[in-house]
Amino acid sequence: MLRNKRNEAIVALLLIAPFVAIYGLIFVYPTIRLFITSFQNAPLIGSGEFVGFDNYTRLWGDRRFNTAFWNTAYFVAITVIPGALVAFAIALGVSRLKGRLQALVLALFFLPYILPVSVVYLIWDWTLNFQFGIAMYVFDMLGVDRVPVFKSTVWFMPAVGVITIWWTAGFSILLFLAGLRSIPVEIYEAAALDNASRLTTFRQLTWPLMWPVTALVLTIQLILQLKIFDQVYLFSVGGRPNDNLVLVYYVFQRAFQYDQGGRAAAAAVVLFILVIVVSVLNFQLTRLSKGRA
Amino acid sequence: MMTATTAKRLNLVGLVITLLTILVAILWAFPLYWGVISSLKPEDEVVRRYIELWPENLTFSHYYAALTQTQIGIWYVNSIVTAVAITVLTVGSSLFCGYAISQLEFPFRRVLWWLILASFMVPMQVLIVNHFELMARFGLINTWAGIVLPQLIHPVVIIVYKQFFDNVPKDFREAAAMDNASEWRILTRIYMPMNWGVTTALAIVTFIWSWNAFLWPFLAVTKTEMMTITVGITQVNDAFGVYYARELSAAVLAGLPVAVAYLIFQRKVTEAITLSAGIKG
Repeated sequence: MLRNKRNEAIVALLLIAPFVAIYGLIFVYPTIRLFITSFQNAPLIGSGEFVGFDNYTRLWGDRRFNTAFWNTAYFVAITVIPGALVAFAIALGVSRLKGRLQALVLALFFLPYILPVSVVYLIWDWTLNFQFGIAMYVFDMLGVDRVPVFKSTVWFMPAVGVITIWWTAGFSILLFLAGLRSIPVEIYEAAALDNASRLTTFRQLTWPLMWPVTALVLTIQLILQLKIFDQVYLFSVGGRPNDNLVLVYYVFQRAFQYDQGGRAAAAAVVLFILVIVVSVLNFQLTRLSKGRA
Repeated sequence: MMTATTAKRLNLVGLVITLLTILVAILWAFPLYWGVISSLKPEDEVVRRYIELWPENLTFSHYYAALTQTQIGIWYVNSIVTAVAITVLTVGSSLFCGYAISQLEFPFRRVLWWLILASFMVPMQVLIVNHFELMARFGLINTWAGIVLPQLIHPVVIIVYKQFFDNVPKDFREAAAMDNASEWRILTRIYMPMNWGVTTALAIVTFIWSWNAFLWPFLAVTKTEMMTITVGITQVNDAFGVYYARELSAAVLAGLPVAVAYLIFQRKVTEAITLSAGIKG
């Protein structure tokens, strides 16, 4: 049967039109504008004059950008790998359970992930409240001094990191569980026949077989945490925002609090490139490891 | 073969791990329980200097106060309208586009596909400055449309659709073409019904994503009466003074719809989330 090529193309163009229109307006155009703005001394709204690489060179001399950059790196370090380890351990535990009990336990771990960040913020702000938070009663019982967690520069990032792991672990647990389920039972039966110990089975079978999923979880978490903003912003209110800056927070501050669209755009481009580099590296690495297998 | 004693020992270890998992799960969800239970206590019980796991006098007065003395009702409306609009527009436009890319021949098809895959890597947060500029130029700050528009890019929805349409056997299409069915008919009578499962899964998670969105709705709105509930409950705590229980009741009200949606559609939600992640690698 002959297909009417021209007719088909017209139908196709009508079908892609809504998406392409949205995509052009909301994605392609703003992305191009982002790069142009980053070379201008523009305010938040409206354009400015071209100033070459001025906005970029000023980033390196800016102490706040420095803080934002290193805080983001610190945050990534304390959440990505520890978060994946916690999720993996939980997934191993959950995978042993059966039926309804498994569904219930999984739901308990997954529920935080489904909640809006502002709800997570209010719940933890209450739990860690200096005067009445239940965590402080626990501190008292253990004989530890109470800490105003979100007002202390030392405690802020680790606390937000732990809360973020609590909030997002459900997602990683889900991926690890899917990975564990895809391992054929026969492999374990064979290992049991060989009288392999629980630890050996884990080290020589589960761990290597789970490596692809682990790499996936690590990449997703890495990209996610590079873009951190919401929790840091919310917990900083009434605290010390300038000590807690992260990259997106810096962009927000420059653009929306200092009306410096150009300098904000330059910082945004740095983050943009960072995320793209991580994504491409990961893509190449997975391709390489697949090529070897 | 395993001896009886080692088998027994292993079972004991297994039991300990199982109990530990359940214990950790309970501790994990405890902050949620504590938030809900605190919102059901009178303010004087909330600030008692010991741990009270169940309220002495259970009360819904904070919910009543939050609903009548704050703008939470309007925020609910704003959240529902914008989240539904984002869901319908995103899933609709992605379904059509995914179908065209998967099933039809047209110029620049591959280019479009590569662009969509590439945009998957771009963090939307970096576009806030230019989104704000664009929405301000259209006069859409503090409007529903201004909240909705920049949230319509979810490349992953198209990617999932294309995969599912790719997997529909070609026989269906050829049989329909024999009957001279139009492309529209083939899409709406064959491809869409065959993929209702993935459509509902994608719609539910897109709704949850939109309901939970914070950064953009926070930037796009400066008037309290235009806020979504996710933003609203963090912006007016000064109006509550130090009424912790009332603040928490607002949080419970904001989280309830997505929590309930998850508990009802648990399987769909986990399916959609695993699907959307499978591609991310």
